[in-house]
Amino acid sequence: MADYAVLVDSDAPSAPDRPNSVVNDFSIQVGTVNGSGSQTANTVLMRSIFQMGIPVSGKNLFPSNIAGLPTWFTIRVSKDGYIGRRRDNEFLVAMNAETAVEDVKKLMPGAAVVYDEPLKLNAIRDDLHFYPVPFDKLVAPVCPEARLRKLVRNMIYDGVVAWLLDIDLEEMRKALVKQFGARKAKAADLNWGAVLAGHRFAAENLTKTDPYKVQRMDRTSGKIIIDGNTAAALGCVFAGVTVLTWYPITPSSSLAEALIGYLGRLRTDKETGKATYAVVQAEDELAAVGMVIGASWAGARAMTCTSGPGISLMSEFVGFGYYAEIPAVIFDVQRVGPSTGLPTRTMQGDMLKNALLSHGDCRHPVLFPSSPEECFSMAMDAFNLAERFHTPVFVNSDLDLGMNNWMADPFEYPAEPIDRGKVLDAEDLKRLGGFARYKDVDGDGVGWRTLPGTDHPAGSYFTRGSGHNENAKYTERDDDYVRNMDRLAAKFESIRHAVPKPERSDGPPGSIGILCCGTSRYASQESQAQLAADFGVETGYLRVRAFPFGDDVVDFVDRHERIYVIDQNRDAQLFTLVKMDLDPERIAKLRSVRYYSGLPIDARSITDDIARQEGL
Amino acid sequence: MSTATSTPPPKKLNIIQLDMSSYRGSKSTLCAGCGHNAITERVTEAFWEMGVEPWQVMKFSGIGCSAKTPAYFLSSSHGINAVHGRAPTVATGAIVANRTLPSIVVTGDGDTASIGIGHFVHMLRRNLPLVYIIENNGVYGLTKGQFSATADVGSTLKTGTPNDLQPIDCCLLGIELGATFVARSFSGDKRQLSAILKAALAHKGLAVIDVISPCVTFNDHVGSTRSYAYMKDHEEPLHELDFIPGYEDISVEFDEGSTTEVRLHDGSRLRLKKLDRDYDPRDRMLAVRTINEAAQTGEVVTGVLYIQTEAPTLVDRLNMTDEPLSTLPEARVRPSREALAQIMDDFR
Repeated sequence: MADYAVLVDSDAPSAPDRPNSVVNDFSIQVGTVNGSGSQTANTVLMRSIFQMGIPVSGKNLFPSNIAGLPTWFTIRVSKDGYIGRRRDNEFLVAMNAETAVEDVKKLMPGAAVVYDEPLKLNAIRDDLHFYPVPFDKLVAPVCPEARLRKLVRNMIYDGVVAWLLDIDLEEMRKALVKQFGARKAKAADLNWGAVLAGHRFAAENLTKTDPYKVQRMDRTSGKIIIDGNTAAALGCVFAGVTVLTWYPITPSSSLAEALIGYLGRLRTDKETGKATYAVVQAEDELAAVGMVIGASWAGARAMTCTSGPGISLMSEFVGFGYYAEIPAVIFDVQRVGPSTGLPTRTMQGDMLKNALLSHGDCRHPVLFPSSPEECFSMAMDAFNLAERFHTPVFVNSDLDLGMNNWMADPFEYPAEPIDRGKVLDAEDLKRLGGFARYKDVDGDGVGWRTLPGTDHPAGSYFTRGSGHNENAKYTERDDDYVRNMDRLAAKFESIRHAVPKPERSDGPPGSIGILCCGTSRYASQESQAQLAADFGVETGYLRVRAFPFGDDVVDFVDRHERIYVIDQNRDAQLFTLVKMDLDPERIAKLRSVRYYSGLPIDARSITDDIARQEGL
Repeated sequence: MSTATSTPPPKKLNIIQLDMSSYRGSKSTLCAGCGHNAITERVTEAFWEMGVEPWQVMKFSGIGCSAKTPAYFLSSSHGINAVHGRAPTVATGAIVANRTLPSIVVTGDGDTASIGIGHFVHMLRRNLPLVYIIENNGVYGLTKGQFSATADVGSTLKTGTPNDLQPIDCCLLGIELGATFVARSFSGDKRQLSAILKAALAHKGLAVIDVISPCVTFNDHVGSTRSYAYMKDHEEPLHELDFIPGYEDISVEFDEGSTTEVRLHDGSRLRLKKLDRDYDPRDRMLAVRTINEAAQTGEVVTGVLYIQTEAPTLVDRLNMTDEPLSTLPEARVRPSREALAQIMDDFR
């Protein structure tokens, strides 16, 4: 590794500045084949720009497949800090013969294309900047082992792009070393050789004609890059999770796997070598949530993570948890459902379902993280809410947030102690003589519970679904049932005041408002800027962070002329949830903007739709 | 009116000085004569005889007539009547949350052999440490008498309709897939069931007990292979069972030629006295063959079919701390500020 510094100081000249340069404001798309190791090259490329202090975001559009199908990685570079997806890309790296022609056809005039020379893409259009690169010729000398060439080949485009966009090679070297880690120094060497080969080729053979380039800024210092699933896993560790049960499903598996990794690292007792947690890979999602219900009933801080199809299977148990009042934390990394096709694409697909899941009368708190920071903090919120209110709680992340890399501020250590809720122990029972499990003694709708193993003969109760009275005795009496359901409704009102509050900024009097949740945040905020810049329209903004909604939503509706509710699904699920909480007059002010292609929502789609509905 | 008070006879106490009333539950609402009620009686006695603290026990059930029964024993223990077929999942969660508590699941053949069979077989694979009773009557009682998946070929409904599908034998599954104590009994065989239940409580690992328990309302007629009459004619005990609890420090001579003794995890001993045939319940292949042969002739072999006392349980495999996870203090479940700072550095 020592001679890197020498290698970086190569005499390759940097690309010359073009007139009308577009600096730090464009998107790069890399089209590859999945299983070709392009993820490393893309991550290194993204990190290099990030390390130059420029806001970036990376989105991986991948197929439901192990190897051989097309995959695209998009890096958005935004000096203004917009990190939502953009509809158009200015810079294409075309490595996949199968999609290259179509990818090139989709580009706006003036875009740049780095491509594998034999594809002859320059024959398709004459309004783009083409940069042919003979990848196979370049990779052979830097990678003597033929079987590794498929993987190393991708690093060459990093070098080419670095030269074309003026990315600091030293930053790229640091990013590469970080990616491979100290233990894979040999692999890092090999790949760095490929980067340099690409860079040198570009310097010696290409003439830069496009306007795109990066320039060092100071907008990322102190920040981290992390995906939402890893952030959520860390949140669970610091929330004191003790039982994880799960069944593999994209896009939530990486949450469970990250959590398993951190539990092993952070929660193994140093003296005894024993775990302060348990992980069970269940036979299906139904079992996974059943185990969570059992573990939480017995007093563990238990969770599972899944996606839409898993939630469908969990339906009966979640209703049981609601009626029997058993805590459960369920992370739902939402995706397009069901069966084959688009399981690796994002969607806010379980908004209505999770809020109302199961049969009978059921309502569940649902949290909507929008960032890695919130994946971390809302894990804590979810466990505390579940144990404080003895009820299942959902955290609705999505594939875009969970599986993509995001810039984030380092997570803050939890300020509050863990809230285990109302639990009576043997000492309490000695003092009280007994207890009524489902009696509202505190006026918040929440009874006191005991845990199995409480060392007192009066410490137990029998847990059932719909038929129990305040003393947890079996009943089929109508008045007992109604009393219990009314208390559960009162409890839900207590929850309404305890969930995370929205993020809100009102527009000027008479303005329209945008209401969204989760990852719609980025496109919504960028759309506000577009509406202001393109149409002179000022807007208010409210991002709900949890269901049930509070007074803020009502007040926000009152203070704006019309409210555009942003949904990443066809059927306006957030819109419908908001509607449930409002009276008819307020409902009349609601409008719906929906985006449901399987890709993360983009600002331009929102702006166009609002402009259309407003007649702008 | 007499003012004299007569002293009631002293109640019989178990080893932890509790009388049987501490082990009873609420009154059964099942049909008079239901086999399940007899099983409830045996379970109650077994916990009492073993001197288990009732408030330390966890009880689980699914849905069906059998699922009601945990309310009829050990009223001072924590119980959970969950959803149909899923008791094994709830029990798995609860046991990993608190590894220190004895646990019992009571299910029916609908729960175990149909809707919850996926959970049943995976519970077997995990060797989940608990006592798992299947109250097997061959029909769905609460929904008024449809065949279950354990009904024998040719056995008829009350309407005369015969079952033509192969039955699922839960004991065979148990032996095949990892249960470490597998027994079959009959609700009417008081002595045998009692010994099996106590041995199951003493066993470390998963004890699956399939108890033929006639449904007096829907499956006790001529033509049914789950009737009292059928069992009277066809039950074939493999051995005579004696259970000697660990706390009883007695040594009785026994004839090693005719009796096998199995020492259980808590020091208890199970003695199996030979009847008509040589049967060693530690021989897995023999167990499988014996059950299959009996099925050919319509006999119901009962007793401890298979036992393996050494296999690790799910709790062993998880390498958990000795204390229950459920009550670990914050200091042991939330890593330090420094740990978080270090992780954040990894992502810079």
